[in-house]
Amino acid sequence: MRLTLKIWRQGGQYKGEYVTYQLPDVNPDMSFLEMLDVLNEQLISQREDPVAFEHDCREGICGTCSLVINGRPHGPMKGTTTCQVHMRHYHDGDTIVIEPFRAQAFPVVKDLVVDRSAFDRIIQAGGYVSVNTGQAQDANAIPIEKETASRAFDAAACIGCGACVAACPNASAMLFTSAKISHLALLPQGQVERQKRVLAMVAQMDKEGFGKCSNVTACEAECPKEISVENIARMNREYLAAVFASEKEMA
Amino acid sequence: MSEKWEDYKGHVPLVAPNNKRRIDVIIIGSGLAGASAAASLGELGYNVKCFTFHDSPRRAHSIAAQGGINAAKNYRNDGDSVYRLFYDTIKGGDYRAREANVHRLAEVSAHIIDQCVAQGVPFAREYGGLLDNRSFGGTQVSRTFYARGQTGQQLLIGAYQALSRQVKLGTVKMYNRHEMLDVVLVDGQCRGIIARNLLTGELERHSAHAVVLCTGGYGNVFYLSTNAMLSNTTAAWRAHRRGAFFGNPCFTQIHPTCIPVSGEYQSKLTLMSESLRNDGRCWVPKNPADRLKDPREIAEADRDYYLERRYPAFGNLVPRDIASRAAKVACDEGLGVGKSGLAVYLDFADAIKRKGRATVEAAYGNLFEMYEKITGENPYEMPMRIYPAVHYTMGGLWVDYELMTTIPGLYACGEANFSDHGANRLGASALMQGLADGYFVLPYTIGAYLSREIRTGEIPTNTPEFDAAEKEVRERIARLRGIGGKQSAESFHRRLGKIMWDKCGMARNAKGLEQAIKEIRDLRAEFWRDVFVPGSDAEYNPELEKAWRVADFMELGELMCQDALHRNESCGGHFREEYQTEDGEAKRDDVNYMYVAAWEWKGEGEQAALHKEPLEYEEVKVTQRSYK
Repeated sequence: MRLTLKIWRQGGQYKGEYVTYQLPDVNPDMSFLEMLDVLNEQLISQREDPVAFEHDCREGICGTCSLVINGRPHGPMKGTTTCQVHMRHYHDGDTIVIEPFRAQAFPVVKDLVVDRSAFDRIIQAGGYVSVNTGQAQDANAIPIEKETASRAFDAAACIGCGACVAACPNASAMLFTSAKISHLALLPQGQVERQKRVLAMVAQMDKEGFGKCSNVTACEAECPKEISVENIARMNREYLAAVFASEKEMA
Repeated sequence: MSEKWEDYKGHVPLVAPNNKRRIDVIIIGSGLAGASAAASLGELGYNVKCFTFHDSPRRAHSIAAQGGINAAKNYRNDGDSVYRLFYDTIKGGDYRAREANVHRLAEVSAHIIDQCVAQGVPFAREYGGLLDNRSFGGTQVSRTFYARGQTGQQLLIGAYQALSRQVKLGTVKMYNRHEMLDVVLVDGQCRGIIARNLLTGELERHSAHAVVLCTGGYGNVFYLSTNAMLSNTTAAWRAHRRGAFFGNPCFTQIHPTCIPVSGEYQSKLTLMSESLRNDGRCWVPKNPADRLKDPREIAEADRDYYLERRYPAFGNLVPRDIASRAAKVACDEGLGVGKSGLAVYLDFADAIKRKGRATVEAAYGNLFEMYEKITGENPYEMPMRIYPAVHYTMGGLWVDYELMTTIPGLYACGEANFSDHGANRLGASALMQGLADGYFVLPYTIGAYLSREIRTGEIPTNTPEFDAAEKEVRERIARLRGIGGKQSAESFHRRLGKIMWDKCGMARNAKGLEQAIKEIRDLRAEFWRDVFVPGSDAEYNPELEKAWRVADFMELGELMCQDALHRNESCGGHFREEYQTEDGEAKRDDVNYMYVAAWEWKGEGEQAALHKEPLEYEEVKVTQRSYK
């Protein structure tokens, strides 16, 4: 099939603009990123600068790929990363607009590549259990109800791609941050640092320049791992409880 | 032998806490091995710098491992033990792994599960709240711990969180978007690295008392593999060129259950977890005329469940090398299904009938979904079509018992080294090895070397050795950019991959390997004549990164063929067509080839020198590997 691509280019010779490309022969079994590979091969053969985009595992798990495709982070399919979108979902003659994830806290590196290191710093603020190597007791000494473990897993399935931020009109990182808070708050291992963790991670999230949450829930709709906004509700509860507890301590 | 590790730990020299603060360690890579090593060394009090070419340490390809992680916990009461895990791994590796290393791996395996649970890794559990297990190929016990089909992701996130904690505490400094392009030797010892900042193109010098490569495997030499697109051999290959021996480079794992190739544009292959073989049955039609028929309309009597027929004791759960080869044999006989004829069926109809769709969905739901997204076919209705693909490399930098390469002060952990899997790796053992090396082995063994470094002091980078290494890197980049030819690095990579897959893949023979070596040399000459690298070297330029990596892959590819050609036997994943039993099984030659082939770089265009490390088996009786 024949496709027209309108791609955001920024950096090098481009100040920040949409550039239009034609792809005459796209195979419907190609993945979306393989389609961009074909475009780049075409550009390189014409000695033009290829389009920069990030990707790695191409199995939907590393969280490296991004892209806003026709206005939607990771494209049109529910619960799917860009690398798992295949061209059979498009039609001959379609025009596809491709942009980077947009957020103040995700500055553009080049073209479709953005800097998501703010997410690392949120985890560094407290997204862990403080246990050194060698300190652990036998694994079965901590029984965890199957259902609880499963809910913790649902939150831990986050791949840190940033689609939640890109989908949010406020560019809020509440879904990302709350997924880690929930994963650890639900498990017995996470209890000791539970209050300290939520205060530190929320403070870092704010410091990075992410927006506030106004319950639009676009984050959940666009999340490729279908992380639930219930996690945001849980984080709000955890946060309030921690604030009151810390005030009590001070008094 | 079985007491060796306990004994070692009791006698290894230690570094006192006040001295650890004065010692710098560089870790290259942030996957399971790298992140666990960096976190553990940081906790011990060393000054750690950790480098990754990714934008975040959480992106490393360990994240894509699906099925699980082995550990000799014997929580099932089904007869498992440290010895049995050790034995299964040695046998699974077709008696080409070093006994002492494998025994140590089995010993520490149980601690890994403890550590990961303490970090909050959400492993699968039973209704009583205790940990669940499943079976994997090449074993008769259930010792595999798992987190749905995303075990690698959850383990990596656990290690990433431990690493993040050390970053916050200031013991580890992360260098994201940095690629190591050389190691620097001073008086024969490894003293640092040259790294390129991938955002600015600047070359940086970093010194350390020891450098640890945790840079994964080199499966992407085949272009199409289940590895991530950016996985590469550059760090390991650069170390090899500086004197680190390369162990058993031809030992490659071809994974039996991957989604088949669909076209020329294909950029990578996707694995379907081995755990699927717990319930899926492999078959091909008995009659070539049925190849393109709807498989649901082929009667039971007209199907050949070839694994169950040939290997009744293990059935569909034979090890990977055997399952892959059996699929190839079926396709070579003209029984392969689908348009390309390069696929076999993996059928869940019986499991769905026996256990119900809901149970099958709970166990494999995410894998079935992934299959449907890629192929557009629903595996609940239609048998999956699968074919083997390159997945893992057992070979890697040669290391001693302490995980040190032949360059003093340079270590290799995880898939980057050659040590534990012999000629074939068992399923769910890669995660085990990566974390064993990083959490529980290296933190002990590196102390033996670093205890001699406490008086060294900070290592300067304004020395002739660093000057020379940086100059070489700069010149190589200039050379790549200066060619100004017509073909992309990607197109060369694709051609290299085809040579490797056709002639150094699932089956190899002397004639093909000799031909491959010649073709690779020609391709390399053409590359250095006609590659085109767009953009500059002072900016974010993924094409330049790719060109450098492809150039290294071409050198490694030749060494792999040399290694495969010299090993006149079949063992594990290395199948030489000239050496097989009457019923088509691998025929080892223990008299002449029971050794590790460690290759020494002798210069560009020169024949590498072979060193042999004999393998001696004290605990295990060496026999012909049988899964019948």
